[in-house]
Amino acid sequence: MKGIAFVWQLVEVALAIALAPLLTGWIAQCRSWLQNRSAPPLTQPYRMLRKLFHKEAVVADHASPLFRAAPYVLFGAMVLAAAIVPTIVTDLPFARAADAIALIGLFATARVCQALAAMDIGTAFGSMGARREMMIGFLAEPAILMVFFNAFLLFGTTALPGVVDHYASHPSVIDPSVIFAAIGFVMVLLAENARIPIDNPATHLELTMIHEAMVLEYSGRHLALIEWASSLKLFNYTCIGIALFLPWGIAIHGTSFGYVLFALAALIAKLAVCGAALALIESLSAKLRLFRAPEFLALAFLFAVLGLLVHLLMGANTSA
Amino acid sequence: MLKSHFVIELLKLLAAGMLLISFAMLSTRRIQRLITLYMWQGAILFLSTALVAYDAGLTELYFSAALTLLLKVIALPFILNWLVRRLGAQRENERLAHIPATMLAGLLLVILAFGLAQPISVLAATIMRHTIGIALAVILLSFLTMIMRRKAIAQVIGFLAMENGLFFAAASATYGMPMVIELGIALDLLVAVFILGIFFFQIREQFDSLDLHHLESLKEE
Repeated sequence: MKGIAFVWQLVEVALAIALAPLLTGWIAQCRSWLQNRSAPPLTQPYRMLRKLFHKEAVVADHASPLFRAAPYVLFGAMVLAAAIVPTIVTDLPFARAADAIALIGLFATARVCQALAAMDIGTAFGSMGARREMMIGFLAEPAILMVFFNAFLLFGTTALPGVVDHYASHPSVIDPSVIFAAIGFVMVLLAENARIPIDNPATHLELTMIHEAMVLEYSGRHLALIEWASSLKLFNYTCIGIALFLPWGIAIHGTSFGYVLFALAALIAKLAVCGAALALIESLSAKLRLFRAPEFLALAFLFAVLGLLVHLLMGANTSA
Repeated sequence: MLKSHFVIELLKLLAAGMLLISFAMLSTRRIQRLITLYMWQGAILFLSTALVAYDAGLTELYFSAALTLLLKVIALPFILNWLVRRLGAQRENERLAHIPATMLAGLLLVILAFGLAQPISVLAATIMRHTIGIALAVILLSFLTMIMRRKAIAQVIGFLAMENGLFFAAASATYGMPMVIELGIALDLLVAVFILGIFFFQIREQFDSLDLHHLESLKEE
């Protein structure tokens, strides 16, 4: 009984690592279709990763060990995060060790590490990107915390699998606060993953870039790991969103093989829909000026707090 | 019982949507988007009134829902759009100072409204009593929208949104107002928009803009 849970846990992590570039490729494909361009194949991110792993890694002369270690720390943090987020089964042995607040801490660790590495070389672009990233980060964190608090209040637990358990087994609950939280979450997801209203992942030659500016100095396997880690980050965020707002179909206590297969199919379908929706949002919105970013994230924070308020004041009445 | 429970959940959802639209109105810079948001607010009002009418079995409320649909979803947005086009103000954007601060002020207003509504909603016996707080919040937020705007059209839309909030409050506290009063208010709204439309043209003729801060000085130097 215990052993099978560990097996599923490992399967889930492996699945996240394997599927993450696919999600990135799918979003890129949807974006191309929406913009009337011929789309790159779905496997494009895998090909790029393979190419990068075969290339020589060039490191600047002044680079400290931190610079070399950062990609591994980043990738490790994202893999660990993937172990906490329930995607196909909710009985995750690793998830007991860390709740959703620790998850945010994990993301913050990765961010700080990446920002420090970007400043390490001392190029102008690196430190500019790092400073911008930290600005976005410190504004996004309270918003995502508030989104989590919404779910915690609703289900009385801070562990993500617990939330999903409760949610998936009471499908009739549509609390209005969930809508507010979902909107806030999507905004944070866009900001945290360098998506279009805040940052454009497709540019390398503009003064507006944030994420790309930080990784300019990396090459070869280091760059491959960073790219993979950012794919994983997007995958993790999407899965958190699915877990919090659309958890139906997940294998609740299911250790039976058929049930997990069904959950996997449901997950892939949901990821496909979410990816297409993300591409749609990105195609519809224009990139904000950097100084509008605080406004955007303040709005996300506001929505999450409104969700809390609505829940506290309207939800309290119904139960009475 | 089950039907009623489902209706309550749905009404709460609609009320939340109403609040959401109020915040969107507070933060948007474009006049045309403001009008579209106003239209959506009217649509939500129509849906929620129709739902209450269905659940309570009140024929009167069906009429008032139909009136909402005709006036607030179709007629007024059409008139406002026409006005904006005639004034050539489609692309006139508002210079809003410091949206996050406004949003925080709005949040405080919501807390205040919820606090105020708590004792009333305990007394109310209608199925929408959970939403009185939201109705109050919508009224206060529309007030804030009017205060923060400089342009005449935006202020009028804020005023109309406030009326939406009042209507929502009436529906949630007492199953709507008597039909005569509702008809009177509807007519008043229509007339008000016409008169204000005339004012827009006059203001623009005088000052070459719809910015109301020109009206604040008493005389020309």
